[in-house]
Amino acid sequence: MAPSLDQRPRIASEELTPEARSSAPTATVAAPHPIEARGLVKRYGHLTAVDHVDITVEAGTVYGYLGPNGAGKTTSLRMLLGLIRPDEGTAKLFGRDPLEEGAAALDGVAGFVEAPRFYPYLSGRRNLELMAALDGGDAPDRIDAALETVGLAGRDGDKVKGYSHGMKQRLGIGAALLRDPRLLLLDEPTTGLDPAGMRDMRELVRRLAADGITVLLSSHLMGEVEELCDRVAIVRSGRVIYEGALDALLRSTGQRYRLRTTDDERAWDVCSYRPDVSDLRRGPDGLTFAADEEEAALLSLALAHNGVGVTALVPAAASLEELFFRFTEGDEQEVPA
Amino acid sequence: MSPPEIAARGAAPAARASAPGAPAGQAARGAADARSGAAAPAAARAARARARRPRTAAVYKWELLKLRAQKRTYLGLGAAVIVPIIFLAALEAQGSGPDEVPFGRYVTQTGLAIPPVLLLFSSIWLFPLIVSLVAGDIVANEDGNGTLKTILTRSVDRHQIFVAKVLAAFTYAVTALVLFAGTGLLLGCLRYGFDPLVSLSGTTIETGRGLTLLGAALLAYLMPVLAIASIALLLSTVTRNSAAAVVGALMFSLILQIIGLISGLDAIRPYLLSTQFDAWQGLLREPIDWAPIVRSAWVCALYAVPSLIAALLVFMRRDVTGG
Ligand SMILES: Nc1ncnc2c1ncn2[C@@H]1O[C@H](COP(=O)(O)OP(=O)(O)OP(=O)(O)O)[C@@H](O)[C@H]1O
Ligand SMILES: [Mg+2]
Repeated sequence: MAPSLDQRPRIASEELTPEARSSAPTATVAAPHPIEARGLVKRYGHLTAVDHVDITVEAGTVYGYLGPNGAGKTTSLRMLLGLIRPDEGTAKLFGRDPLEEGAAALDGVAGFVEAPRFYPYLSGRRNLELMAALDGGDAPDRIDAALETVGLAGRDGDKVKGYSHGMKQRLGIGAALLRDPRLLLLDEPTTGLDPAGMRDMRELVRRLAADGITVLLSSHLMGEVEELCDRVAIVRSGRVIYEGALDALLRSTGQRYRLRTTDDERAWDVCSYRPDVSDLRRGPDGLTFAADEEEAALLSLALAHNGVGVTALVPAAASLEELFFRFTEGDEQEVPA
Repeated sequence: MSPPEIAARGAAPAARASAPGAPAGQAARGAADARSGAAAPAAARAARARARRPRTAAVYKWELLKLRAQKRTYLGLGAAVIVPIIFLAALEAQGSGPDEVPFGRYVTQTGLAIPPVLLLFSSIWLFPLIVSLVAGDIVANEDGNGTLKTILTRSVDRHQIFVAKVLAAFTYAVTALVLFAGTGLLLGCLRYGFDPLVSLSGTTIETGRGLTLLGAALLAYLMPVLAIASIALLLSTVTRNSAAAVVGALMFSLILQIIGLISGLDAIRPYLLSTQFDAWQGLLREPIDWAPIVRSAWVCALYAVPSLIAALLVFMRRDVTGG
């Protein structure tokens, strides 16, 4: 199913080792990855919500976990956090299994799955005080800063019952920050946020990542993932169908062109005869195809030769969105090498 | 290309530019660790984390604070205060006590006789209801609010949360019982005086000893109350539904009472939970009859301990999917 699984480029580790090796090689070799999940399976009756998923997230990465509704993103995150028991496989955070070590495995880990939930009868601040008490250490000292960061400082005295969806989402992030995490697991953190909230949230994730915090971000917002993530896994029906660096994924698809002509029907025929033009598609305005630069030039000549006027022939960068649809819709397609 | 897409694309280079900073920072951190010896900082960090980890007492404190912030708690505690007041008002209106129950004849002679009569009246449904109102809700409401996942992703273990919840539910039950008997005793003594009590054997118990025995009677009464609380906790954990757990625990105790009324079942009556609500009467005999108290202790434990163990096992293993 996923030929990509065994061809993961380990970008982060390659950048890490040379520097670290100079001082003490054993230190980094021994350091376990923030997330290491092997062969996770979760079944609900006949439905296999998560089907042999492997996830490795290396320190310092912002990792995008992408998939359509019902793909199993939330279920995977629940298993990572030890909220549900996998039917098969193991999930380890910094080398510790939450099912075996309980809360100790969540040291330095924060996040939430689906919408964050709070006690409706307590105020936002009171909820954070409760969370901080359950975190221990100096978490209570971070409450003010967390409220400030997520922009709830003015409303912290109100009962959560009266919070809007977006405010609860912000409070969820605030609650995660109390733990001063080294690893942050976020399940569609921008759902329900207004544009300013989304911008703030992405800004925050970027800032945290710049501080060296590892982030696993589940999402179906392509812009968000393209903007924030270094690596992505694309899941469909519980299975990982692509895993790799985002740049590599975007590059892997080859160059695409958008073509507009005076006679699209004829242009279609001309294009289909050319062996070096591939993946020809009819778009809302004209045609799109994949080809290299030289072939594009030759094609324009061929079109002219056939009496088709070219009004536009422009390179179109493959967006993650296109790739996503190609992976997650229609018949299962081979993953680009 | 639509404007938002352009915006996203425009921002992308900035994002990439900041990305290399992350691994570099991480490497620096790794290098720092390495300099001071690889194993030591990891061990130190683990030790720090252990020392930092909250204790069950902190979780218990917050369980109590949560109870204090919920209306349901006041419903139960309010009933525990109002019922004695209503009883005394009815007594006032009627002029004499209920003759058919133990101590009923003496209620207008001394305030000390009020709590025993209240205990007799409340064991059928009032205390099972007051107790299961909170004990049946304390786990299930976390399911209802979806907050179980919130507290289970902090630094406390599941068993700590469960123990804290059990202790909080028990604390509430004790509070309700003390309020109930205390209100009755206080108002009763104000109205009918603080005079010696006549024991069930017909002897006179002077007031100081009477108070001590009443306290002991409350402790004996607490045993079946906590057993009901444990059953409500089990139902709360298993059903994940507050209403189902409250009604279930109440029905359980009512069904046991009904079984106790069936005359053919005399042999099992001493082992019914409902019967244990009367065990305290042994304390108000002279000499004290310990047999029902001792039996009550182990019978109640037989109901409570397996319920709590089952609830703990379910709570430890269950999938947290709500919310
Ligand atoms: N508790 C449950 N009982 C039964 N089926 C479940 C349960 N939880 C999840 N599923 C099923 O597992 C599949 C994966 O669900 P999951 O919530 O992980 O999807 P998701 O990728 O997070 O989707 P979304 O983008 O909508 O959040 C779905 O088909 C869902 O119906
Ligand atoms: Mg989801």
